[in-house]
Amino acid sequence: MRELKLMKGNEAIAQAAIRCGADGYFGYPITPQSEIMETLMAEAPWDTTGMVVLQAESEIASINMVYGGAGCGKKVMTSSSSPGISLMQEGLTYLAGSELPCVVVNVVRGGPGLGTIQPAQSDYFQAVKGGGHGDYKLITLAPASVQEMADFVEIAFDLAFKYRNPAMILSDGVIGQMMEKVELAEQKPRWTMEYIEKNHTWATTGKKKGQERRVITSVQLESSVQEEFNFKLQAKYREIEKNEVLYEKIMCDDAEYLFVAYGSSARICQKAIEIARSKGIKAGMLRPITLYPFPIQQLQELAKQVKGMLSVEMSAGQMVEDVRLAVNGKVPVEHYGRFGGTIHSPNEVVEALEQKLIGG
Amino acid sequence: MADTYTIISPENLVYKKTDLLLDNVMHYCPGCSHGTVHKLIAEVIDEMGIQESTIGIAPVGCSVLAYNYIDIDWQEAAHGRAPALATAVKRLMPDKIVFSYQGDGDLAAIGTAETIHACNRGENIVMVFINNGIYGMTGGQMAPTTLPGMPASTCPTGRDVKRDGNPLKITELLAQLPGTCFVTRHSVHTPGNVRKTKKALRKAFENQLANKGTSLVEVVSTCSSGWKMTPVQSNKWMEENMLPYYPLGDIKDE
Repeated sequence: MRELKLMKGNEAIAQAAIRCGADGYFGYPITPQSEIMETLMAEAPWDTTGMVVLQAESEIASINMVYGGAGCGKKVMTSSSSPGISLMQEGLTYLAGSELPCVVVNVVRGGPGLGTIQPAQSDYFQAVKGGGHGDYKLITLAPASVQEMADFVEIAFDLAFKYRNPAMILSDGVIGQMMEKVELAEQKPRWTMEYIEKNHTWATTGKKKGQERRVITSVQLESSVQEEFNFKLQAKYREIEKNEVLYEKIMCDDAEYLFVAYGSSARICQKAIEIARSKGIKAGMLRPITLYPFPIQQLQELAKQVKGMLSVEMSAGQMVEDVRLAVNGKVPVEHYGRFGGTIHSPNEVVEALEQKLIGG
Repeated sequence: MADTYTIISPENLVYKKTDLLLDNVMHYCPGCSHGTVHKLIAEVIDEMGIQESTIGIAPVGCSVLAYNYIDIDWQEAAHGRAPALATAVKRLMPDKIVFSYQGDGDLAAIGTAETIHACNRGENIVMVFINNGIYGMTGGQMAPTTLPGMPASTCPTGRDVKRDGNPLKITELLAQLPGTCFVTRHSVHTPGNVRKTKKALRKAFENQLANKGTSLVEVVSTCSSGWKMTPVQSNKWMEENMLPYYPLGDIKDE
């Protein structure tokens, strides 16, 4: 029988990292996600699996340690919260530009600036549109439970290595801090050097005799070469968009109104659906699990069925833009959400639905 | 007189370019120190037989393309971040040999935090520091190590220490940290100095094999283009101006 434990989302991330055979974690403390590194340090995985855990001097250093580790073909990750993730944007664009796989966890708090340590979902644009300079994307997963915090670590690593691209777990202060039961996966062994050398033929593991030297770089001084590389990146992103969309449909079969929500807002919307239905409003929800790639096709299909969509996010309205782009004017799309660290209640969500879409 | 073919025979061979120094045409300007230091690193790696286990971390600056010249695996870092990359590479693969190669802007300005903390943790790596007191790649701007009164494109009348602060002697600063085991300053402007620099590099790599901590080899260097001098003038100017401020020799050897 598998282990069932009660723990915080942040702790689940740490446990899952060890159990999926991660090679390294490099991080810098920031609320509300410091339990990730604290749990790792308390677990001391270097004594069991051989995983390296290191507190860096800054988020800039931690993301660049991730770059170094990823360049060696190792399963490496970092975590932070919004202001720290802003500092990592340089590293993230270099990782994408060097086609390196890694996992970055953002337990989002309210901004802008130093903002608040309370939960928010206002880093959506930064996560799904790139965040740093240049044309690139991050594969972005949005867990809505402690169980998903645990499960998505391995999924994120798998996707990151499949496409040689950074993957982000875009969580928030609610999911990071709340405690739920979680079923942890079995411990997997870390990759051996033989496995890495055989399977990651791009990794800098030392130039063997008769082997071309390997260079991890994102610099292309010739603009034609840089353009060619960008075409290659874009082709990769089209593949990701074709193959990797994950979503959950809740009460959509007869829905006339659709909530579009991810992470903790999706949890709130589940209750809002119950309240709406008790009032005779046929509400349902599409929960994007991958925010990039975004479930565009699913939204387009639902646009044929519903009378309107409400993008519920703890932000001033970010994902709503992608929902509008997806449905392209077929049905009205509105945004509702509290932000700056304040969380909307299910009743507020239903009221917003009534006011913005159903009308008086 | 013996003909050339008789002279070029194995028993007469006194010097051979190491195969690790690739034949790619270098982009460095005439009189630049980078080429010499590259050659020395390539020779040390070759002589120690560690080509298969060495990973170099290249910086942003003139030596951003260092990976085109030495035949080992390389990672190219963001500006100033080489010590962070090197930290992870070494910790995740402790049996590999890892070195960073960085200029003054990279190591002593934008990457100061990464430099100090890697040294303070005593990361078991080698850091090669090229100090020519100027930003060569971007066209001759002021560096953290530009001398007082020395002109650069962003201080055309010379570095004003009241405005710009004094040149940062980061090597002396790093020697204070318990994590560093070997901190030394050299130059490659004469054959004698080239030999000393090579010896220092060899020792730095040997320190890593002996798990001794961070070794930092600074090479006070010339930048003829940035300094707007001929190579010969550059060597003379370096000797008369840079070396009094950045004296050569071991600062720490434990």
